[in-house]
Amino acid sequence: MKQTFAIGIGGAAGQGVATPGDIFAKIFSRRGLHLNAYNAYQSIIRGGHTLLTIRTGTEKITNMGDRIDLLIPLNQDTMDRHLQLLTAGAACIYNADTIKPGPAADGVQLCPLPVSELADITRNKVAQNTLAIGAGLHMMGIGFQAPEEVLREQFKKKGEAVVAENVGVARAGYDYAAANFMAFPNPIPKTDNRYAILSGNVAMAMGGAAAGVKFYCAYPMSPSTGVLHWMAAHARKAGIMVRQVEDEIGVINMTIGAAHAGVRAMCATSGGGFALMSEGLGMSAMIETPVVVINCQRAGPSTGVPTKTEQGDLWQMLGAAFGDYPRVIAAPLDIGDCFKLIPEIFNLADRFQCPGLVLCDLLLSEGRLSVHPKDLDFNQSIDRGELITVNANGNGAQSAAATNGDYKRYKITDSGISPRAVPGVPGHIHTVATDEHMEDGVLISDEFTNPVKRRAMMEKRMRKVAGIEAAVPSPTLSGPPDADVTLIGWGSTKGVIEEACEILNEEGISANQLQIRWLVPLHGEAILDILRDSRHTIIVENNYSGQFARYLRSETSFVPDGHIRKYDGEPFMPHHIVEAVKQQLAGQTKLSVPMHEIMV
Amino acid sequence: MATSVQRVSQQLTMADLKGKVDPDWCPGCGDFGVLAAVQKALVELRIPTYNVVTISGIGCSSNFPGYMNTYGMHTLHGRALAVATGLKLANHELTVLVTGGDGDGFGIGGNHFVHSMRRNVDLLYIVMDNQIYGLTTGQTSPTSRVGMKTKSMPFGNIEAPVNPISLALAAGATFVARGFSGEQKHLTELIKQGIEHPGFSFLDVFSPCVTYNHDNTYQWFRPRVKKLEDDSAHDPSNWMAAMEKSLLWGEEIPIGKFFERTDVSTLHGAEPVLNDGPLVHGDLNVPPDVARSFVEELM
Repeated sequence: MKQTFAIGIGGAAGQGVATPGDIFAKIFSRRGLHLNAYNAYQSIIRGGHTLLTIRTGTEKITNMGDRIDLLIPLNQDTMDRHLQLLTAGAACIYNADTIKPGPAADGVQLCPLPVSELADITRNKVAQNTLAIGAGLHMMGIGFQAPEEVLREQFKKKGEAVVAENVGVARAGYDYAAANFMAFPNPIPKTDNRYAILSGNVAMAMGGAAAGVKFYCAYPMSPSTGVLHWMAAHARKAGIMVRQVEDEIGVINMTIGAAHAGVRAMCATSGGGFALMSEGLGMSAMIETPVVVINCQRAGPSTGVPTKTEQGDLWQMLGAAFGDYPRVIAAPLDIGDCFKLIPEIFNLADRFQCPGLVLCDLLLSEGRLSVHPKDLDFNQSIDRGELITVNANGNGAQSAAATNGDYKRYKITDSGISPRAVPGVPGHIHTVATDEHMEDGVLISDEFTNPVKRRAMMEKRMRKVAGIEAAVPSPTLSGPPDADVTLIGWGSTKGVIEEACEILNEEGISANQLQIRWLVPLHGEAILDILRDSRHTIIVENNYSGQFARYLRSETSFVPDGHIRKYDGEPFMPHHIVEAVKQQLAGQTKLSVPMHEIMV
Repeated sequence: MATSVQRVSQQLTMADLKGKVDPDWCPGCGDFGVLAAVQKALVELRIPTYNVVTISGIGCSSNFPGYMNTYGMHTLHGRALAVATGLKLANHELTVLVTGGDGDGFGIGGNHFVHSMRRNVDLLYIVMDNQIYGLTTGQTSPTSRVGMKTKSMPFGNIEAPVNPISLALAAGATFVARGFSGEQKHLTELIKQGIEHPGFSFLDVFSPCVTYNHDNTYQWFRPRVKKLEDDSAHDPSNWMAAMEKSLLWGEEIPIGKFFERTDVSTLHGAEPVLNDGPLVHGDLNVPPDVARSFVEELM
């Protein structure tokens, strides 16, 4: 099993859970460790309950794991909720002045800090947090230099007195732990690696910048707002026009307007905002102006649980806009992939002049992961397809060739792709229309309805589907080929299924994994070829009705042996999947819905 | 709109502005007059046709771009202004005309209408206001008068109409005018001014629907419309006076330029990202040192 160490920090919103989280994350990252952070929180600015889990280790960490090694409850509520999760070897550091521990399991070390004795709590309101950081780091076997350095950076702007006070408080906690608490048996390791720590939202925003996005707009909506925040903060350096718009209908239409002028344009939202964009997507497809739209799923329907994760929007994406039209839909597999996917999907959208849809979710959008800097390479190949602009400008577009006035924007071609001139190019004047139109853009709906022409234009657009299918790789199986069980997932569940497979393999149940990244095109035949040889197939997904299972069946008639589903707002933990697989292989059930044991 | 409009050297003719097809509006529709006035204004302003984009929503009047020989976008019902905003920000060297009807602009597109004005997006928005839904065969519109009987309100409209001029003034439009399709020369002049105004130009045009609106006909408008330009006391820089004039309705209805100010930055003018020229002409790549700093921030 992976050697990892996980810290859980919990408290009310506004109690400063994030700061110790950031400090631990920075310290782990500077020790050359991987980490994964997930914050379970509520839609409350002050109060409520939040639990931040940070898991670290020398190997790649793909999910929050099954175990908390160190719990730091910042209030009684957190202690009451989570102490019983701790098992032998774990520890709990808490403020002995204000928090009383309940019954703990055997082998759990309770570490009360006499906060008012160790720090002047009238001066420093978050002294308990800083003391706990110091104490925890000592128990993890980390030298004091690390927190000193990070605290110095954290409080630099507030002046030397504040730095000195916080370093002093941390030191008091560190020394108190040395004298009173037992250190963890395995000190936190160190490597020479260096990783960047980022959320999926930051990764998608940066991926957009790397893809050459020059126009980004949004209406704030959790959990997609982080994309807007990164874009807005870095717009001027990256030369990106970033706008906050009156609603998501405005967002999609502005994005299309900018894309139509010839720039790469992107927007992000969540399920509710995406619903408002549906008609606009149809326009993108009909006028053949490529845009990339990100949907960061949260638990629905309707306002749902705005701060919780779910994979519940697959059918909304599949059914978005009316009529048949070519498009690409992809679900990033992890936070690193959030970056990588955006330039890829822009190249497809530009080549095939259709919408590119990214189906992310809160787990990736707001989770944080260590990513190797080489996986955040801005030097991406850009393919703008058959685009005609005034000057080529090194952007991959063609500059305008002389025409005899016979330019046809929707020229019927074998590939279904017609050269796309942008406004401002002499000799290529045309009107694009959401009404059905002829090759030259003139409407057929109002002037005269012509079934032959309608059919020709429909077939022209839909011919792009074959090209898209050829351009997108089909999914592959990972793990032992001849396994007892094949776990099928899509998008963000990749990491947790991977770890569940590792655990199953260690326990003597051979398991492999088929993870789907491209939802449209799906490559149903290739999937069937893989699954035909599987002994036992189980689809794992974060929704109630088995949206992917239903989609796979509709496209291939494939019915799996079982399902593992979760729709309580929280992500899967590895043991949820492991236990469900064992039950299903033993024939106890075909549908497992694991209970989330952490009450957040 | 645009301050630095590019001009062609040779004289344009009306034929240069004519689109691939002829309008399919009902004979006598007010929109014919608006189309002719727009084409005339572009001829007189000598703007290269390939640098003009005409953008519309959906409705009778939204078929407009197809009748023009400029770049055109016939978008979604109510969304033309949002599309136009994105297009203008991506290439602010283009001259952007947005056309549509009262249902498109004040009904389904009302949100974008208000926000485009407060943003001072640099474009000319012409609403062919016929106080009725035409393409859907005659229902009440946001500008239909109280009491007007239509297929959707057969016992008479009980909702107060929106006042587009007051609304535009309140929302911060920097050029607010009203024209009448039956006053060609006057309308052409307003369109020219609206195109040359730096910022959001709103032009509400009485464009009678001869098929479905039997209340607000040419005959009804003609004796009522009074040109603000004929009133020597009218000062278009006085917002309060413009607001008062906007409330006049009845025996005397003012047309002409209600208000104009040029001291407010346009949306594209206020954004330093555009200092080096239109985004569409720029390099797609983020400079390597900037890209490196983005990654280093996270380490």
